[in-house]
Amino acid sequence: MTTWNVILIASVLALGLKLVGFVVPARVLDRPTPARTANLITVALLAALVAVQTVGAGQGVVVDARVPAVLVAAGLFALRVPFVIVVIAAAAVAALLRLPGWMS
Amino acid sequence: MPASDPAVASAVRSGVAVGVAVSLYGVSFGALAVAAGLDIWQTCVLSLLMFTGGSQFALIGVLAAGGAAAGPAAIISSTLLGTRNALYALRTAPIVGPGWPKRLLAAHWTIDETAAVSTAQATPRAQRAGFWVTGAVIYVGWNVTTLIGALLGDLMGDPRIWGLDAAAAAAFLGLLWPRLRTLQPIVVAIGGAVVAVVLTPFIPPGIPVLAAAVVAVVVGVTNWLGRRASSEEAGPS
Repeated sequence: MTTWNVILIASVLALGLKLVGFVVPARVLDRPTPARTANLITVALLAALVAVQTVGAGQGVVVDARVPAVLVAAGLFALRVPFVIVVIAAAAVAALLRLPGWMS
Repeated sequence: MPASDPAVASAVRSGVAVGVAVSLYGVSFGALAVAAGLDIWQTCVLSLLMFTGGSQFALIGVLAAGGAAAGPAAIISSTLLGTRNALYALRTAPIVGPGWPKRLLAAHWTIDETAAVSTAQATPRAQRAGFWVTGAVIYVGWNVTTLIGALLGDLMGDPRIWGLDAAAAAAFLGLLWPRLRTLQPIVVAIGGAVVAVVLTPFIPPGIPVLAAAVVAVVVGVTNWLGRRASSEEAGPS
């Protein structure tokens, strides 16, 4: 599967899901269990992506400069610092820790 | 009249403010997409056609971890993250009203922010204004900043030297953070993260992230640790 295939298939599916809400009567989907489950799926996938992006390395698990960077990001989000600034700060922490060569 | 309707004016102001703030994320998306191995065209087409941030970040995150072999897992991850848009569309469809060309564009623009701004308005006219202004500002802003980010990312070279791998993790954390207001999503987040990390050494990249969705489905269907829905009878506990 080429990267273009992945992009186009996933984009069509994303639009298809948005259209579902325009064609399906609200009473079918607008019930507590589907709504709650859809919201929790978002939470579980984002949390899994945070974890894998922080300690994953292919099929291995490693602790490197990403871990302190994400901890700093969590602290800044808790302080309500804007998204873009936190993302830049996390990158800066990891880049600085790698600079002296004492963290990979 | 529209120009003097204070509810519409307030909706337009909210839409512009939210739209400009959110559009800035596009820079981080563009840079991270290029760091994940996409070219500038692929990055820009993703923002133009998919146009839902969480799914876009998920797609490039899984591709970064597993390459083209993780394509199916990348598609499923991004699609699962897009399911909430179907629920938002239930709210935005009546705001938009009839007419299919308009509804198709409105569906494309139905995302966290347009749903939030439009449903927060008090009058139908203000809801419509809030939806279209937020959608237009973010659509233009998100795509312009995606291109800027992709061009920057292209200049940066090795993403690890610049800490862009850590920036990707922080970006996901930023998308997750506002959803962690009650115990149930916090427990699901911890469970999903643990499942993904524990499975990482044993199954191909991308699949551990999908496995985390099982945690959400189990907790969602059983409503473990959840509040009782208002339609249910309140128990003695």
